[in-house]
Amino acid sequence: MRPDLEIIQQWIKPGHHVLDLGCGDGTLLDYLQRERGASGFGLEINPEHITTCMGRGVAVIEQNIDTQGLGNFDDASFDTVLMTQALQAVRRPDKVLDEMLRVGREGIVTFPNFAHWRLRWGLALSGRMPESEALPYKWYNTPNIRLCTFKDFEALCRQKGIRIKSRRVVDGQHQNSWLARLWPNLLGEIAIYRITRENEQ
Amino acid sequence: MPDSLPADSVGIVSPQIYHFDTPIDLACGQALDSYDLVVETYGELNADATNAVLICHALSGHHHAAGYHAMDERKPGWWDSCIGPGKPIDTNRFFVVSLNNLGGCHGSTGPSSNNPATGKPYGPDFPVITVGDWVKSQALLADRLGIQCWAAVVGGSLGGMQALQWSLDYPDRLKHSVVIASTPRLTAQNIAFNEVARQAITSDREFHGGRYYDFDVVPRRGLMLARMVGHITYLSDASMGEKFGRELRDQAYKFGYDAEFQVESYLRYQGERFSETFDANTYLLMTRALDYFDPAYDYGGDLSRALAGTKCEFLVLSFSTDWRFNPGRSEEMVNAMIAARRKVSYSEIDAPWGHDAFLIPTPRYTDVFTAYMDRVAREVGA
Repeated sequence: MRPDLEIIQQWIKPGHHVLDLGCGDGTLLDYLQRERGASGFGLEINPEHITTCMGRGVAVIEQNIDTQGLGNFDDASFDTVLMTQALQAVRRPDKVLDEMLRVGREGIVTFPNFAHWRLRWGLALSGRMPESEALPYKWYNTPNIRLCTFKDFEALCRQKGIRIKSRRVVDGQHQNSWLARLWPNLLGEIAIYRITRENEQ
Repeated sequence: MPDSLPADSVGIVSPQIYHFDTPIDLACGQALDSYDLVVETYGELNADATNAVLICHALSGHHHAAGYHAMDERKPGWWDSCIGPGKPIDTNRFFVVSLNNLGGCHGSTGPSSNNPATGKPYGPDFPVITVGDWVKSQALLADRLGIQCWAAVVGGSLGGMQALQWSLDYPDRLKHSVVIASTPRLTAQNIAFNEVARQAITSDREFHGGRYYDFDVVPRRGLMLARMVGHITYLSDASMGEKFGRELRDQAYKFGYDAEFQVESYLRYQGERFSETFDANTYLLMTRALDYFDPAYDYGGDLSRALAGTKCEFLVLSFSTDWRFNPGRSEEMVNAMIAARRKVSYSEIDAPWGHDAFLIPTPRYTDVFTAYMDRVAREVGA
């Protein structure tokens, strides 16, 4: 299992009802259902991923978060709303965050850090848009249209009154190195945030 | 029919008639003292009877869903594209049951059957049958076949309504409900089209208040018109455009009112053929069953409350160009299932053929349907 998913699954309690935004091939939900006794849905638009989910018994709904939103989900109808490696690919991440914490009591968000030293270094040296393992695209064809840094994300959370319950910063191999803990915005490649509304436990 | 049977065909099949003589109480308040159901089955029922799949047919469908009745049959069963060895509903793994519903005109008891009380066809005396009544009769058929729990109940359009109704009425008797190109209730527009069809039939001079059998005639024109208007709602503007465009049968306008455009002659042909094989009273009955279907009605219009007692998992599929039961109608159903915390998967298949797309195998449709049914098969040990 992908190490970031390994970290996330520890935060899902047995019986939790989970919504996975951009659930991919359903690996995480499948694991949460089988190993953690969780239930829930994945939203996905990629046809191959949808087929894979259906084949493995993951409840998948074809729904585009950008164009359709989450209006069909009731307030607080999920224990946890997940969004792994998709926040940077939606048109309005700020609105998606609001919606996540409307339909779920807790959100778990992972995204690549645009302030990682290698990206900073690449831009500074070559003067070209940086590419990395986590961001392997060209500027013109990247699905990652809303890149941000850990600091940016945390500033947005503060502005929206979103409380960060915990943050894990990992490198490209999803290892939780001590260096990344020390200077996350410089040395961390991917962050896993656990967020909630300030007034919630 | 080709010279030899395709490898993925269930082959030559023959229907069987099951007679029931315990009265069945119907939603309308009446009862049928005895009745027949004509049934086809494909594949083998396993020892634990866990691998059975029920196919529910749509408005003009019947029990002959797959394979051929004879080597010289022109076309295979109506859902042959999805039922057979290696197809989405894989007959190497599933025992597939397909019946003609009560009120039908292909061998099950319906308005054209003889009323034992009078010795003459029921005609208008045949009770109006609802989707719930069908499901009840299907459950009795399951009892007869030794099937306690279906691996899946599957249907498109009106058949999808039966699959949904099953989940509500017999929550312990199905594992999966597969609802394709369907809707939780008809809209005013849907009912309006049905009403035009019914008016076409009942205003035909040969209808005789539904007792045309007694006069040895058939309200052919009315039935033909009903089918023509229905057929338009099964296709999309784009698919009709692609098939016929503005193509003329001859090169030039004739400044008259005969069928000059290809689409006109196509509709006339479809209508005429249908009127030769389908019973007008059955058409009235089927359209009324569609109109009445509304499982949320008893729950103040809240489908999610109606679904609260269901136990099966759901697969809902819609088609992008279906305007009869458009994707939004399927999404209504899906959202009610989500609100009721049912396990549901949903996909909107991009296909140009309108409502009819559920009968036409496209790669995307076949892929998701196969993946889902494959998992159902694994789950029930088939």
